[in-house]
Amino acid sequence: MVPFLICFPLFVALLMYVIKVNKIRNIIAYISAAVVMVAVLIMSVLWVMDGCNAILLYYETEIVDKVILSVELLLMVIVVYLCFKYKKYIISLLTIIPTLLIAYVEIWGPKRDMINHIRIDYLSILMCIIIGIIGGLIIIYAVGYMHGYHHHHIEIEDRRNYFFMLLFIFLGAMFGFVLSSSLLWIDLFWETTSICSFLLIGYTRTDEAIQNSFRALWMNLLGGTALALGIVYQIYEMNNDSLQYLVGMGSWGFSSAVIPVALIAFAALTKSAQMPFSKWLLGAMVAPTPSSALLHSATMVKAGIYILFRLAPAMTNTVTGNMISFIGGFTFFVASLIAIAQSDGKKVLAFSTISNLGLMVACAGVGESETLWAGIFLMIFHAVSKSLLFQDIGATENAMHSRDIEDMHGLLYRLPRLGAFMFIGIAGMFLAPFGMLISKWSALKACVDDNNIVMVLLIVFGSATTMFYWTKWMAKLISATNEPKIKDITKKNELISLSIHAILMILLCISFPILSKVYVVPLLKEMYGSYVTVLSMSMLYTLVIIICFIFAIPSITFGYTRKLHENKKLAYMSGINEGDNSSFTDAFGEAKKLQMSNWYFKDFIGQRKLMIPSEIFATVLLIVMLSIILGGALL
Amino acid sequence: MTRIIPILIYLVLAPIIGGLLDGIDRKISARMQGRIGPPLLQPFYDVKKLLHKQKISVNKSQSFLILCFCITQIFTGCLFYAGSDILFCFFILSTGATFLVFASAITSSPYSTMGASRELFQMMVYEPAVLLACVGLYLATGTFNVNEMIQKHVSAVLFLPGFFVAYVFILTIKMRKSPFDFSTSHHPHQELVKGVTTEMGATNLAIYSITEWYENVFLLGVVGIFIVNENPLSYLFAVIVILAVCFLETLIDNTCARVKWNTMLKSTWLVTLLAAGVNLMVLMLGR
Amino acid sequence: MANVKKSPWLLHYDGSSCNGCDIEVLACLTPVYDVERFGIVNTGDPMQADILLITGGINYQNQSIVKQIYDQMPRPKVVVAVGVCACTGGVFKECYNILGGADTIIPVDIYVPGCAARPQAIIDGVIKAVELFQQRSDEHDALEKSKKKK
Repeated sequence: MVPFLICFPLFVALLMYVIKVNKIRNIIAYISAAVVMVAVLIMSVLWVMDGCNAILLYYETEIVDKVILSVELLLMVIVVYLCFKYKKYIISLLTIIPTLLIAYVEIWGPKRDMINHIRIDYLSILMCIIIGIIGGLIIIYAVGYMHGYHHHHIEIEDRRNYFFMLLFIFLGAMFGFVLSSSLLWIDLFWETTSICSFLLIGYTRTDEAIQNSFRALWMNLLGGTALALGIVYQIYEMNNDSLQYLVGMGSWGFSSAVIPVALIAFAALTKSAQMPFSKWLLGAMVAPTPSSALLHSATMVKAGIYILFRLAPAMTNTVTGNMISFIGGFTFFVASLIAIAQSDGKKVLAFSTISNLGLMVACAGVGESETLWAGIFLMIFHAVSKSLLFQDIGATENAMHSRDIEDMHGLLYRLPRLGAFMFIGIAGMFLAPFGMLISKWSALKACVDDNNIVMVLLIVFGSATTMFYWTKWMAKLISATNEPKIKDITKKNELISLSIHAILMILLCISFPILSKVYVVPLLKEMYGSYVTVLSMSMLYTLVIIICFIFAIPSITFGYTRKLHENKKLAYMSGINEGDNSSFTDAFGEAKKLQMSNWYFKDFIGQRKLMIPSEIFATVLLIVMLSIILGGALL
Repeated sequence: MTRIIPILIYLVLAPIIGGLLDGIDRKISARMQGRIGPPLLQPFYDVKKLLHKQKISVNKSQSFLILCFCITQIFTGCLFYAGSDILFCFFILSTGATFLVFASAITSSPYSTMGASRELFQMMVYEPAVLLACVGLYLATGTFNVNEMIQKHVSAVLFLPGFFVAYVFILTIKMRKSPFDFSTSHHPHQELVKGVTTEMGATNLAIYSITEWYENVFLLGVVGIFIVNENPLSYLFAVIVILAVCFLETLIDNTCARVKWNTMLKSTWLVTLLAAGVNLMVLMLGR
Repeated sequence: MANVKKSPWLLHYDGSSCNGCDIEVLACLTPVYDVERFGIVNTGDPMQADILLITGGINYQNQSIVKQIYDQMPRPKVVVAVGVCACTGGVFKECYNILGGADTIIPVDIYVPGCAARPQAIIDGVIKAVELFQQRSDEHDALEKSKKKK
């Protein structure tokens, strides 16, 4: 199954590029997305029937190793070519140095012990399911979306074959990434996702897009360099490149593991857009929506989280763990503050992604099994709801030619379907009965148990600010309006993807205790050997009952209030309501449209004001912490 | 069974106690201003009258959301007095509060919408202190469960003076008292007419008032949790402290002018950080 | 028949008055007169008001405003015209912009004379309005009941 999962998308990618006829390509895209989803499911089922044990594969891989090395060199050549083409010479160093280093070590370096290169266990199956299902749905959505996109943006060259090729390569690389256990393999897939995201961001080829894509490139390559250094160090110290081995050594407290763990964790920070490296994710907004959905929700950024989750046992109570958890918590708080000041819907989503990733990173950095429980649930819920929101905002933008939250006044009435999906997505992000909140709750509990003062404070303040920007968006969606309905031009395939996401969201909310029991707890047992529950099972079941109750309240009251006979009154506007609740009489006695805006505090906590100071702060902190870690380990 | 009795008592007594506290508050306020003031039972007269007026609304969904707000807040109180997880109570409480924000925002009326965003802002301002209070109680008693919290040997407040101060501080926001009453106020003098409640008339306003009573009884119950321990006498002491807190709120209400949002944010978060944060640090380092 | 007398909430609207009557209305809230002892609240919101107090005459600009505010009040409701201007237009009656008293736009129930109306007179008027409010509330209840029976 494994080679199929990795190679099939790559093969399809090739097809995508070659086929120039849109219709045929679309059909193939549909079919292959479905095949990927089915394949993932089959693999999970097979794995479950096998007894949920970790499966280790590919013991002897000399030929494959050679292939991987050559692909890596090929990627390097591509990047260097692009860097020279756009005159960004320095960036090319970030790919030349690590790649040549890896190549050198692989060919002339010390003899490595034989290891298993592929490992299928709870965490990788979970990641595969997320990537397969969400990624597949995003591709289905992309087919419809890109059609509309090129319809509206005639100035942009139609390179859909290229676009879909990148999407599929991306999927394949992600599968490889989460299934590999060999760090050398991981490095290849890591670089592949970095470069795919770079190419996807630059898809439109506008100046802004090119600039942003290079920013994404250098940040991710910097992480890649750190990853390569970590691998090389590990190979020299331990004579192998197994991730599992490294984590084992780390959790036993061997000092030789400190540096690789710190370097790989640092790499993960760049990938998951933590504070000094947040800008690339914001820049990724210029790309068409499916790619931002793919980058933000399901895959790219989750790669960093995934590797941190893997490393979590090795970071418990270490300086590295403290660094990671602090950077994560700090990002969580600052990004949610900045999100308040954004009115562009996609930007809010970007900042909230950064913020939520910060919380997950923090959970991994604390490294206790309890925080990891929270982190994994955060990841699951975040993947589904973010993907839903991104796709929805893309569809909304296609329909009403704006993605500004201020323009979404009364969207629930103007674009009922998209408005409702957006509502569900946002509710899933923070509202009480839904999953994100439960994860936040257990993260808080676990951090208190862990005596982590700073984390407690950051979570407490961060969750307050998070609630603020989501609720004001939701309030905007439901505000009454007299504006006419907008023609909903959402394609059927987009709707299919959206509905499946919404249904998944609701199912997840209801079934999370079961999910916790049958999946997440065994996962943690596998990783840690034991697991202490943060929230007891009975607690979780009570929670579900309460959730049902909370769902019931609106439905009961809705039935009741519908029967009420109420006299409708005009809204109060000091007596000068024009009679339609949306305009008032101005000083000239004429009707004036009423405009109501949300609160943004742009001068107070705007991006301009907070971004640079917090970036500097995070950079200094990272440098200091890294020097402490590296210096401490080397001396 | 043991859990149902407190719930029933809460359901029956909370509006009575809440209304009476409201009445006392108005009476004391009037006396502080050198007036005789309304009768003690005035809040009940008001609600009774509101229920007898013509049912009005601006938007179809408004009454629905207000009712949701009402039931959710009552539900929170029930959970609390039944002795469940306190952190969870506050999470549900904030969900209820978002229903109120929606109820005001859905009307699209200018005053009400502005009130709604201010209400939301207030939520953001007081949330950290509330969550920290829960964390503090957990650190002091070793549990988030209300039932177990009140069966300790010593009162939690002895370990948590800072958390208590922060909680009482944000109670001013929660109970809509000046200087932090800027989303809506009990006084009819506000630049936003009646803020979030501007478009609520007759029945809706009655439901809103009743909900507020329930909510206040819940919030003051949390004050009680700081005091109560296994000694029955502590309950009496808790009641005294609660009344003292109420009096303090009235006093603050009558002596302070409304502040702007940034002053509110800065002062509240500063107090939260200094009082609760330092207390948290002491507790955690001491463990 | 519920007793609603104990909680009459006022809405005070200032038409084109000279502010004399308005000051007297507000004087009623001060410690000297303290109308809150009757449960009276000077609310600023028509949705929540029972009694509309109007001072000053009606002019071309505010006629629609008075009408709208009156319409926004839920039934049962009572209107009190405070001061001569609100009753008839007073000294401004013949001005080019004045339509007349409050009753040119909305039905006025209680007329409180005076220029300016004294607080005692205003309180007196309001108390009369409260009686009427009770009466209308009873009628309203009866109407609702008969509606339900149907």
